[in-house]
Amino acid sequence: MLNFTIRRLLLAIPTLLFISLVIFLLLEASPGDPLGDVPLTVPPEVRERMRAALGLGEPWPVRYVLWLKQFFWVEPLYWFDQVFGTAHAADMQRIISFQSRSPVFDVIAQRVPQTLTVVGMSYVVGILIAIPIGIMSAYKQYSWFDQIGTFISMIGFSMPTFFTGVVLIIIFAVKLQWFPSVYDTTHEVTDWNSFLVQARQMVMPVTVLALYNAAQISRFMRSSMLDNLGQDYVRTARAKGLTERVVVLKHVLRNSLIPVVTVIALGLPAVFGGAIITEQVFKVNGLGQLLITAIHGSDIPMVLTLTFIFAILIVVFTLIADILYGVLDPRIRYD
Amino acid sequence: MTEPHRPATQPTDALKAAAGNAATPEGASPPVVPPVAEPEIVQTRSQWRDVWRQFRSHRGAIVALAIFVFIILFVSVGPLIWRIDPTYVDIRARNSGFSLAHPLGTDQLGRDLLARLMAGGQVSIAVGLTAMAIAIFLGSLIGVMSGYFRRLDGPLMRLTELFLALPLLPLLLLMVTLFREPLSQTFGSAFGIFLLIVSAIGATSWMQSARIVRGEVLGLKEREFILAARSIGTPSHRMIVRHILPNVLSPIMVAATLGIATAIITESALSFLGLGFPPDFPTWGRLLYDAVDQMVLYPQRVIFPGLMISLTVLCVNYIGDGLRDAMDPRIRGR
Repeated sequence: MLNFTIRRLLLAIPTLLFISLVIFLLLEASPGDPLGDVPLTVPPEVRERMRAALGLGEPWPVRYVLWLKQFFWVEPLYWFDQVFGTAHAADMQRIISFQSRSPVFDVIAQRVPQTLTVVGMSYVVGILIAIPIGIMSAYKQYSWFDQIGTFISMIGFSMPTFFTGVVLIIIFAVKLQWFPSVYDTTHEVTDWNSFLVQARQMVMPVTVLALYNAAQISRFMRSSMLDNLGQDYVRTARAKGLTERVVVLKHVLRNSLIPVVTVIALGLPAVFGGAIITEQVFKVNGLGQLLITAIHGSDIPMVLTLTFIFAILIVVFTLIADILYGVLDPRIRYD
Repeated sequence: MTEPHRPATQPTDALKAAAGNAATPEGASPPVVPPVAEPEIVQTRSQWRDVWRQFRSHRGAIVALAIFVFIILFVSVGPLIWRIDPTYVDIRARNSGFSLAHPLGTDQLGRDLLARLMAGGQVSIAVGLTAMAIAIFLGSLIGVMSGYFRRLDGPLMRLTELFLALPLLPLLLLMVTLFREPLSQTFGSAFGIFLLIVSAIGATSWMQSARIVRGEVLGLKEREFILAARSIGTPSHRMIVRHILPNVLSPIMVAATLGIATAIITESALSFLGLGFPPDFPTWGRLLYDAVDQMVLYPQRVIFPGLMISLTVLCVNYIGDGLRDAMDPRIRGR
């Protein structure tokens, strides 16, 4: 197991390097110009100097290696300094956004909490809804509960989140006026009342994402339960005289959760990606919104860093899923 | 070539019959009926007839198929009946509600919503089908190559894993933003964007089908009929085209059906983020995006395109579900 983990970690390094190179070259091939908004009255030599100031004068391999160094060496060193009060990275250049002229990671750090509260919350809610539904529909296969559950989860992942979001806004924010349609990220939770306001503005984005996630996870849960319910050990457990409750909730559920847990781990980075749209619908200024504004503004360092962080999330969670699978299921051996 | 080909497939059928499955001739050899003897077997149970029979018993899939055919007719035949130009600006009739002249009302420029829904549907479904075709072609090619040729297996699967690790939606956004200008200059604004979106979606969604096809091919390669075909010296390309591909057709078809749904959703998501087709070129996602600004006053303009997207995707998903059940020989026997 340890061997497997180490091997996978080592394999992840070239993968990530390759992905960063792909993103970098894609951005490099783009015709978009970060100086596109600079007025034409600016003389060409000044424009050249501005270009050099942004670090665009060098050939691309140099800039790529420089970015790698900034990402993997300067930034961790800077965080180290922050924590321990040392000054190793004092004279080093951090990754700077073209748009805001502030370090990319500072901007990202401002945006992460919004994304995490909404996306993380919706994922948790989605799982909490999905698992009981999956258990029930598998246990009572082809019952009316199962039929309705199947239909609803089919609808759940057929409706794109931008449509469910807009419909919820029309119904609950415009017609009924229960919840605000725009997520106010400047709101701070200080007491009970402000917590209620925060909870109210989170209801709709969380519902939209949770519905979408629950639809998929409940399908997995159902099929995994069905696979296990037909196994011999279930018959043995029943023959021993165990109550139905113990058989289903202890024996079957535990075994069925193994693949579901890995699916949940695998789905987490995709949720971050999918949240881009939900954030756009509810005007949450999280990571997704940051990415879109950066793309529109040809802010190359920001786009590169953000996309790369998404890639790291995917690689890390795939690894976690594989390891979890091996830990939870002793029948799986990675040799 | 047909004469030595026949014995190659015969063991498979025998094997399947022995296993208690529906003993149908594989799609690999369409006319397996021996040319000389047994003239009484006229009504052969072909594989597709069995699949169709099983598919019919899936109620959801049949209803979905009917609705999907209706949607296709709506977007393809509809414009021939409802002859209002979807881009015709009638500023005096703007923002009109449901009326006889405009059954679904008009938008802020007085363009007829019904006509726009039809035109938008054509584009959305065309994008879905084309992107799916590209993804399936790439996926089957890479899957068959890596399953059949052992030497290619390692590199191609590493490539697949690399693509799986790419953050797809951000990358799609990036590709569409960066390359829309040059492509729309070379190919014209509508066709350029179509080409860009279709190839971007196709190039980022072939990985699942490649993995499925590879797994099937690996299993298939160990079967007797492949050994028999190899023993008479069938060259690799004919082996793949005549023996391997027809046998992996069913997982490919299921993946293709589900791929249409994903492609339609991805396209409308791109349009919704304002990165899809140009405004005078409606798609369902674009219609929804344009209507969001005025959704408080005119919610129907958001609801109709959204419903069309959801309905189409729901139907396609149900059809895929039914196909999967129908094509699985383990279930089909029952």
